Amino acid sequence: MINNINVALIGNPNTGKTSVFNALTGLNQKVGNYPGITVEKKQGSCRLDRGTKARILDLPGTYSLNASSNDESVVVELLLNKNDLDFPDVTVVVTDVENLKRNLLLFTQIKDLEIPTVLVINMSDQMRRKGIKIDLEKLEELLETRVILISTRLKTGIDQLKQVLVSYRKLNTTPLFDLTTIDEPYFESLRKAFPDQSLFKLWLVITQDVNFTKLERQKVANSTEFKTQSKSYLKKLQQRETIKRYQTINRTLKEAYTVNREEAKDLRSKLDNLLIHKFWGYVIFFMILLSIFQAIFDWSSIPMDFIDSSFAQLSKWTKQQLPPGVFTDLIAEGVISGLGGIVIFIPQIVFLFMFISILEETGYMSRVVFLMDRGLRKFGLSGKSVVPLISGTACAIPAVMATRNIENWKERLITILVVPFTTCSARIPVYMILISLVIPDDRFLGINYQGLTLMGLYFLGFLMAILFASILNGFMKTRNKSYFVVEMPNYKLPLLKNVALTVWEKTRSFVTEAGKIILAISVLLWFMASFGPGKNFADAEETISQQYAPQSMSKTEFENKVASVRLENSYIGILGKTLEPLIRPLGYDWKIGIALISSFAAREVFVGTLATLYSVDQGETETIKKRMGRELRSDGTLLFNTATGVSIMIFYAFAMQCMSTLAIVKKETNSWKWPVIQLFSMSIIAYIAALITYQILK
Amino acid sequence: MISLDQLAIGQKAIIKSIETDVLPLKLIEMGCLPGNEVSLLYLAPFHDPLYLNVDETHLVIRKEVARCIMVKPFGDD
Repeated sequence: MINNINVALIGNPNTGKTSVFNALTGLNQKVGNYPGITVEKKQGSCRLDRGTKARILDLPGTYSLNASSNDESVVVELLLNKNDLDFPDVTVVVTDVENLKRNLLLFTQIKDLEIPTVLVINMSDQMRRKGIKIDLEKLEELLETRVILISTRLKTGIDQLKQVLVSYRKLNTTPLFDLTTIDEPYFESLRKAFPDQSLFKLWLVITQDVNFTKLERQKVANSTEFKTQSKSYLKKLQQRETIKRYQTINRTLKEAYTVNREEAKDLRSKLDNLLIHKFWGYVIFFMILLSIFQAIFDWSSIPMDFIDSSFAQLSKWTKQQLPPGVFTDLIAEGVISGLGGIVIFIPQIVFLFMFISILEETGYMSRVVFLMDRGLRKFGLSGKSVVPLISGTACAIPAVMATRNIENWKERLITILVVPFTTCSARIPVYMILISLVIPDDRFLGINYQGLTLMGLYFLGFLMAILFASILNGFMKTRNKSYFVVEMPNYKLPLLKNVALTVWEKTRSFVTEAGKIILAISVLLWFMASFGPGKNFADAEETISQQYAPQSMSKTEFENKVASVRLENSYIGILGKTLEPLIRPLGYDWKIGIALISSFAAREVFVGTLATLYSVDQGETETIKKRMGRELRSDGTLLFNTATGVSIMIFYAFAMQCMSTLAIVKKETNSWKWPVIQLFSMSIIAYIAALITYQILK
Repeated sequence: MISLDQLAIGQKAIIKSIETDVLPLKLIEMGCLPGNEVSLLYLAPFHDPLYLNVDETHLVIRKEVARCIMVKPFGDD
């Protein structure tokens, strides 16, 4: 008979709580979301001994039970709701040996909830170097619970923690702190009104604005004595409570904790002097960004090319192996290329999150926030928006995922909404072919116009991102006021296990969550391009054979012509023609319209779609370019003149044309509202900008 | 007494009072309590944000918050 128990890990940010979680659960963990909000829910399981299995919940990091963000509310809501399936049988408060005083504030609150609570002091390997001594027996006596020293780096203490968890029923559950010392009349009357409730629980119900079981809140709210207390008075009491708790903690630590600050060699100030230097700090940060950008852009191109060609071959192979027909086409062209469209992003995601997780683990990311906060704040962004904005130049998908590090919801949302303006790598093939077509290959003062245009497009992307951010900043109301208070953690060597698990988790969640949507839309686009209503579509082959003499062209030429007629009469072709009146003012015809729609699969598809429409081989860029250069309008003028070419580039710079990005935005914001807003606002901006461009240059 | 944003880099002070109505409870929870020692370690360009050591906790706060914290510098009697 196996006994199952619920264990909750709680702790301040930067205490290595996740390392403890990883040490306990290893790969037996899954990450989801709490229903309705974008807070990550990490759960795992662990065998404690032969007869006991623990379900371990890694709660979001919090400094206290006074919730000021969604993350913190999750913790309070769970701990106040005994009926929650995740309600812990025992909680583990994880603390950092160097910041024990501040970490204990949360511990005393958890202990007062009368839930069995174990205190873990992590990073005990740092004790000697920092000159810290702890009298464990004394500390256990004063805190009235078991205290365990752990080092996730040296892998010590984990077994002891497991043993203590097995016998959690022996832990003392009396509250540590007497609330009545804050304001005796108030708390005495509260106790009298609800004699069978824990006093601290009642106090949390009164002060915390969380979705607490409605019934109990009403009970408290209805009793008139507590209503009379104004909000500011309650806040004053909370402050007094915090101060009193610190006094208790100070007394405890005086007896059980000594630190010899002379022994502490200061790595922090040495590194800080350099890394947040007013000049060198920025230079180093810029260099780090450059190498990350280089890695995502360059290193991942090798596996990406490999994935691309493997899936193309797989698609070809499937076509040869299976009997010809609609089903084979669906598998080969819809499903396999859809899967390829998901897998292709994995290398970039892996590299980006490897770097981000190393920067987080070492403590450097907080320094970036310090360096960049002032500059970005004006636009409603945060110091932490830098990494997503820069990695957006490779691909918006990992960039949107990287916004998870921004705690403030409004700043995070604005970052998510503006990231797709940065020039991602999928736009490059489109820009390249258009630039070479319409921008002269001349030099002015030794500067090549074509190169200048490409640089200008990158610049334009960033500019638009910043501009759009400040517009959004003016419109959006803050959902939860969260003041900017950032802790600067100590510098640490990153733990390989943590980095690997982060990368694994991000990749897995991308493939399973956003992947579903990408696959579905790929199949839909395939369907729209492969089928069409009426005779024109069905009779494409006959039409071509009648128009041309049988010997006048090769088999490939014939097939290309048929494909072109089919695409023209397919659903997507009809959509392109319907769109024509709308896009004619931008200088586009229906063929460009089809290319714009099919770009939703991925922007670079623009080139391939035009190749199919002009019935030339897709592989030959030069041929496509020449063919595009010959295309005429009905009035006999060139279609791809400077005005149209630049107009398309501007359209691609601003338009939201990537279903994968929409899918990931949906996943990260947990609603269709934001991707829809993003789709419409970006498309409108793109339309207007392209319209103005064309009308001026025409 | 001066407000925290007027400290010079490296200067130490004792927190005297904080505008509790405006400031978040979080600051107090992080150790910004009257009576605790604070020193200004670094400033970002334009003197904002501020990097502090408050009672051995290292914090970054924005200037607007620092203005609401009154301190008494050491040796300033």
